[in-house]
Amino acid sequence: MNIKADFPSLVEEIDYGTPQSKAQKQVTLNVDGRSITVPEGTSIMRAAMEGGVEIPKLCATDMLDSFGSCRVCLVEIEGRGGTPASCTTPVGEGMIVRTQTERLDAIRRGVMELYVSDHPTGWNEQAGTGASEFDAVAKSIGLTENRYGIEGRNHVKPEGGVAPGHGSLAVDYIARDESNPYFTYDASQCIVCSRCVRACEEVQGTFALTIEGRGFESRVSAGMHEAFIDSECVSCGACVQACPTDALREKTVLAKGLPERSAVTTCAYCGVGCSFKAEVKGGEVVRMMPYKEGKANHGHSCVKGRFAYGYATHKDRILSPMIREKVTDPWREVSWEEAIAHTAKEFRRIQYQYGRTSIGGITSSRCTNEETYLVQKMVRQGFRNNNVDTCARVCHSPTGYGLGQTYGTSAGTQDFDSVDFTDVAVIIGANPASAHPVFASRLKKRLRQGAKLIVLDPRRTEMVKSAHIEADYHLPLKPGTNVAVLTALAHVIVTEGLFDEAFIRERCDWTEFQDWASFVALPENSPETVGKLSGVDPELIRGAARLYATGGNGAIYYGLGVTEHSQGSTTVMAIANLAMATGNIGRPGVGVNPLRGQNNVQGSCDMGSFPHELPGYRHISGEAVRDIYETLWGVKLDDEPGLRIPNMLDAAVDGSFKGIYIQGEDILQSDPDTKHVAAGLAAMECVVVHDLFLNETANYAHVFLPGSTFLEKDGTFTNAERRINMVRKVLEPKARYADWEATQELARAIGLDWNYQHPSEIMDEIAMTTPSFAGVSFELLDRVGSVQWPCNEKAPLGTPIMHIDGFVRGKGKFIRTEYVATDERTGPRFPLLLTTGRILSQYNVGAQTRRTDNSMWHSEDRLEIHPHDAENRGLRDGDWVRLTSRSGETTLRALITDRVSPGVVYTTFHHPDTQANVITTDFSDWATNCPEYKVTAVQVGASNGPSEWQRDYDEQAKQSRRIASLQAAE
Amino acid sequence: MTMQPASTEITSRTAAIIQEMKGLEGPLLPILHGIQEEFGHVPKDALPVIAEALNISRAEVHGVVSFYHDYRSHPAGRHVLKLCQAESCQSMGSDAIAAKLKQLLGIGFHETTRDGSVTLEPVYCLGLCACSPAAMLDGEVIGRLNDEKLDEIVAEVRS
Repeated sequence: MNIKADFPSLVEEIDYGTPQSKAQKQVTLNVDGRSITVPEGTSIMRAAMEGGVEIPKLCATDMLDSFGSCRVCLVEIEGRGGTPASCTTPVGEGMIVRTQTERLDAIRRGVMELYVSDHPTGWNEQAGTGASEFDAVAKSIGLTENRYGIEGRNHVKPEGGVAPGHGSLAVDYIARDESNPYFTYDASQCIVCSRCVRACEEVQGTFALTIEGRGFESRVSAGMHEAFIDSECVSCGACVQACPTDALREKTVLAKGLPERSAVTTCAYCGVGCSFKAEVKGGEVVRMMPYKEGKANHGHSCVKGRFAYGYATHKDRILSPMIREKVTDPWREVSWEEAIAHTAKEFRRIQYQYGRTSIGGITSSRCTNEETYLVQKMVRQGFRNNNVDTCARVCHSPTGYGLGQTYGTSAGTQDFDSVDFTDVAVIIGANPASAHPVFASRLKKRLRQGAKLIVLDPRRTEMVKSAHIEADYHLPLKPGTNVAVLTALAHVIVTEGLFDEAFIRERCDWTEFQDWASFVALPENSPETVGKLSGVDPELIRGAARLYATGGNGAIYYGLGVTEHSQGSTTVMAIANLAMATGNIGRPGVGVNPLRGQNNVQGSCDMGSFPHELPGYRHISGEAVRDIYETLWGVKLDDEPGLRIPNMLDAAVDGSFKGIYIQGEDILQSDPDTKHVAAGLAAMECVVVHDLFLNETANYAHVFLPGSTFLEKDGTFTNAERRINMVRKVLEPKARYADWEATQELARAIGLDWNYQHPSEIMDEIAMTTPSFAGVSFELLDRVGSVQWPCNEKAPLGTPIMHIDGFVRGKGKFIRTEYVATDERTGPRFPLLLTTGRILSQYNVGAQTRRTDNSMWHSEDRLEIHPHDAENRGLRDGDWVRLTSRSGETTLRALITDRVSPGVVYTTFHHPDTQANVITTDFSDWATNCPEYKVTAVQVGASNGPSEWQRDYDEQAKQSRRIASLQAAE
Repeated sequence: MTMQPASTEITSRTAAIIQEMKGLEGPLLPILHGIQEEFGHVPKDALPVIAEALNISRAEVHGVVSFYHDYRSHPAGRHVLKLCQAESCQSMGSDAIAAKLKQLLGIGFHETTRDGSVTLEPVYCLGLCACSPAAMLDGEVIGRLNDEKLDEIVAEVRS
């Protein structure tokens, strides 16, 4: 199937009823006179649909295994008795199937008559859409009368023909569950087909739903007959998507009606990069529907991508450019022309006054590849320096460095589909169930099929244990000891002879391996020694190492718990070493897979956002590379790397850096040591913030340029598997310009001759100048959906799995990984270790999700603390506590839990009033400056309320957000 | 009145039962039986404890418990009287028997008398069709019900 997204029509997807068979052998059968050939194991239902014959169905959908309960899809098979269900009957060679006969019609009518008798089509007491699958099947079967009446037992009975909702309650009536902010559950519409229950189990893996009771009392129940919001439901939307009636339906669709047009686009939340159909009615999005052809998500979604798009129309969005002389002044709304001219003039003045390198820019991992490319281009071509950096600095810069050094590419080695072939999954410093939920669902499915799991995490995350999955080994290491523990795993693999010698000899440098092996074999790297400093039982280390090395296809997935450390790059190398030593590279099911935090963090790195690299990770000092761009751009490029974000801030405090253009990043909230960031920004003369909202950084800005959401522009995002996915415009930019257009206006104002008419032209320039993108074009992406880079002559349709026949750099490089404890240590004043993370319903600094109903699940950041540590300090659950480090202090409420070990506390950073980064220190990764967010020595004590910093900050934020204009900003 | 055990007590007693049966193949039903035996019903507070121990969801435990009528959500009376209402017994007048019994006890199906002496329940086939209409009192089957037998039964449960 290949349905092209021809906006403005509605993108329709075919439901084949049962999943695709992966068998090689082909079988030919005859359905209603048509000869159809399909893989062995395909259901008759699917085969018929593939051949263009649609068999009516209710309980079947191709996202789920067949179930055979609705009895509508019956067929006749020549030579067999009865009328088997086509969803559960596999095809056979030479089979002759009839889907339309008088007998089948009669049976189907009888079955539908029973369904309809207990379904509120009769008086439509609480309106559904009238356009559900059920409605369509009822219509196609053509029921004209109902022998059983239509006064079902679970409805509101009409009384004397009164209006819907004013009747009396029937015996089994259950009030509609409106508790979830995004969808309703109306039992009276339900036909108990179990599609929702199965979707929750098979697709999402949460098992939050069940059918309670039996017979007529059978009902879908969330949890133990709880409201959806109180149950185990994580609001991924899979049940709503699966429901063939209107029993589970999006509130937006019920309120606003069915969409009129749609386009396939890519979610703008995490690095999984799910494909969605953005469905629009009038001028607004009424639904985001996961797209089955999406290669990252295969039709699944999480609460963020599926439902949390309300920020796009939130009243806090700023739609007019604004400027002000001083940050203490109120904002003044101005025209785009004035804002752009003012900014250009200021940047020129600053460069004239303080020098060429006194300004810079920050690209955004939230924006498209094309937009990111333009920002770095403007800095290099227009500012004539390399002072460009990106938020990946604070998350995955060590991935780029570590994998670049060892393998030769700065990206993950696999596609997500690879997980279907994994036998042993290792998760290090990541909690995909919260931060990469759709990938977590795929991994959980594989685990339920029997794959083994090893988790290295200071916390007992949902991946360690939740319904139907349990880690075989959980290594609850002390924050900051990653390198030691990973090297101890290597110690076991080397000393017990579990390494893959053939692979290493063929693919890596044997001498380097021997050097590395002799290093890891040292007694100081033994599990017994490392156990003492990391707090992990040596036997667990040994067991985990043996399992990874010998359990079949081993795949490592890791997150920011690996990178955001003073030894982040070393940890990435230690991971790379493990995969090479065990031969777990270069085929499906294995590999090293960084779970990227943001929708386009991979892309922003690819696009040359770092001060030392041009697009495609090519060092700025390379003359040949500079040549390409110098010729194209007509300028001489600076051959020295520019300033990284922390260096820009240091330079600002020192007085040599005065102006910055920040696109779509809130450095005040997301970067370490908030006070230092604030001081740096305050010392600048022109801070330009280009964003959807007046974010925290904008408190220090002089110019505000309104941004556009992913719904308002064309472009591409690159996800964690290097997949370049299309982003398609479904709405006009609310603030007139898509972000790439705004950057282009600014570039023109500072004298650059840019004339891009469409982002596809920017991609053409990227493809023309960057070897790994050489084959990429919007035309190709429209045609094939998505590709994974490298995409060039050698791999015209991209590269799902890297390093298949050899490493990109040639021979894989083993690098010694000596453990150096961070300077951030606990002591009498700060006896606890703070580590940070995410929660499912919120995203990053929360700018988007806090402006949606997702806040119903997580309205504040809480400090997780072990019962022992809480008791020592006299703290009760929910108490306000003061969290102090040598950098600063903040207050938040405590959550007492044994998910964290004694001595470790944990919090999230989604809410600006908590400002967890006031606490974090200025330690950072030795190679890349990635901040050490994951380890801070802290003290926790009782508190009465917000700290002085929080009060001052609140006041300052309030002051700096004033807008003086004739009309109030909407 | 039967005292409802406090929820911490339910948790600890449930945990002990789980511990004992967890090793069985398909341990959920035996655990639920054990719990019903222990408490006289399956307290709702026990379900999350079972879910946690078996590493399944609360919903799944609830689905199983609610499917089987024999698992009670509330304690029963001192006696439990089950009256068969299936086809054979119906054809032999179980409807009238049920009406009479309800009147004598002053309760309907699924109810317990106010003094806590007896709980009345319908049941769909006791496998005693040859002796319809049939009932079961505290696990003992009684066949060929008639007015005298009903009086005897009522007298016994009231004593």
